[in-house]
Amino acid sequence: MKRSDGRKPDELRPVVIKAGVVPNANGSAMVQMGRTIAIAAVYGPREMFPRHKKIPDRAALETVYALVPFSTTDRARPGPSRRSKEICLVIREALEPAIFLEEFPKTCINVYIDIIQADAGTRTAAINAASVALADAGIPMRDLVTSVAAGKVGKDIVLDIDMTEEDITKCDLPIACMLREKKITLLQMDGDLPVKDVKEAMKLAIKSCEELYKKQKEALKERWVKK
Amino acid sequence: MAEEKPAEKAESKAEPALLKKEREFVVPGEKIVKSMDYLPGRNCFREGDSIYAKRLGLVFIDSRVISLIPLNFAYIPKFGDMVIGEVVDIQENGWVVDIDSSCNAYLPLSGVREFIDTTKTRLSRVYAVGDLIYAKVSQVTDPDRVQISMKDMMSRKFRGGRLVSINPAKVPRLIGKQGSMIKLIKDKTGCRISVGQNGPVWLEGGKEDMAIKAIHLVEEESYIDGLTDRVSELLTGKPQEKPAVKPEEKPKPQEKSAPAVNVEHSSTAVQRKLNIKPEEEGK
Repeated sequence: MKRSDGRKPDELRPVVIKAGVVPNANGSAMVQMGRTIAIAAVYGPREMFPRHKKIPDRAALETVYALVPFSTTDRARPGPSRRSKEICLVIREALEPAIFLEEFPKTCINVYIDIIQADAGTRTAAINAASVALADAGIPMRDLVTSVAAGKVGKDIVLDIDMTEEDITKCDLPIACMLREKKITLLQMDGDLPVKDVKEAMKLAIKSCEELYKKQKEALKERWVKK
Repeated sequence: MAEEKPAEKAESKAEPALLKKEREFVVPGEKIVKSMDYLPGRNCFREGDSIYAKRLGLVFIDSRVISLIPLNFAYIPKFGDMVIGEVVDIQENGWVVDIDSSCNAYLPLSGVREFIDTTKTRLSRVYAVGDLIYAKVSQVTDPDRVQISMKDMMSRKFRGGRLVSINPAKVPRLIGKQGSMIKLIKDKTGCRISVGQNGPVWLEGGKEDMAIKAIHLVEEESYIDGLTDRVSELLTGKPQEKPAVKPEEKPKPQEKSAPAVNVEHSSTAVQRKLNIKPEEEGK
């Protein structure tokens, strides 16, 4: 089966990852998956504000996900929406298990993610970018988090669906995982899929996460070790 | 040679357990060692029988202790650190100082060398908002409760000069072993330089531009061998003749560190001694 952009079913869109793109942040990263581009900037650990939100025994992780107005074909209204709030939450929950938050009690780690071009799979790109940015900021982590979506288009389980496929897809299944720990930190399902297909899609996604992990590692190495 | 056999055996057994070379770049979660013969040090953690990197950095192996030289982090105040901060607020009994960290530091009246009668003197006459000070972290009761003091001999208020900021992770390298690197820059440029553990570097007089160039060189190439030579080359414009004692090659993680860390180091040294002794006695 040929996909709309000529990829194989188990092929990722071309991925570009760059670390250290925002000079003012403690750590930052840009992740481009096909036409989806996410930029993440990490600040902290720094003072929690407002103060009553401090957590006594660990750092608070705050994620802000935003589609910038020009990222979509129709203008995306700036400011939090129902959708972006949900994505903030799932991104935070996908990243939290990877970070040693208990090392910085009463502080706050801010992760700002801007999608500057959206072409489906923005939350997975956002998680990939945020994970690289957190590592780039030197925040203690158990593992890098990698994320990719799988789905069903027609009769086939395909990997990393883009916008043209998302419009006709039966199901979209974003997954984030920590490969070393073999833990899944995000699993959502948009649509309906039999158990057999879910398993297959998960296997496909987790397999391709390894490729993404390598890219993330390379990006960090390129940033910090010249030559 | 025969005496060292048991030790050798242990080494050869443990050697393949090391998955990374000394000074190799690792990202968080990367496996460094798969063996129980090593101990996780700074910036590493153990899980099962393996040691993993906690943050991105370069592997640093000190006999059996595996640690990481971090390449980047946000400054967290530690007891005994000298920091450069800016006074941002004045309260009844002290000053609030921004030290580029997870929280602002508090400089109480008791932390100032001279006696101040608050009924007669305004605190702003001692340190006004916007003043830059070089202070010592005197108390960290909580990550969000940090006190600094100006009682240390090195402490002072800066007047004039220039301020450049570097990555706090590179500060130990800029200072060098026993201050060798900063001394080199000071000697060659004639600048007065104060380095804060939190990142800012204050300098005044002499060839300031040259010194700033050197500081940025150290920041960018901290992990490449022969840095001292390159710095002196930059400052003098010609390759330096090799000094009798070779300048440091490896930066120790956090050379100017809190006493707690020194205890850690000395304890490993003690361990090493203890490890060798029984073997010698055995043969």
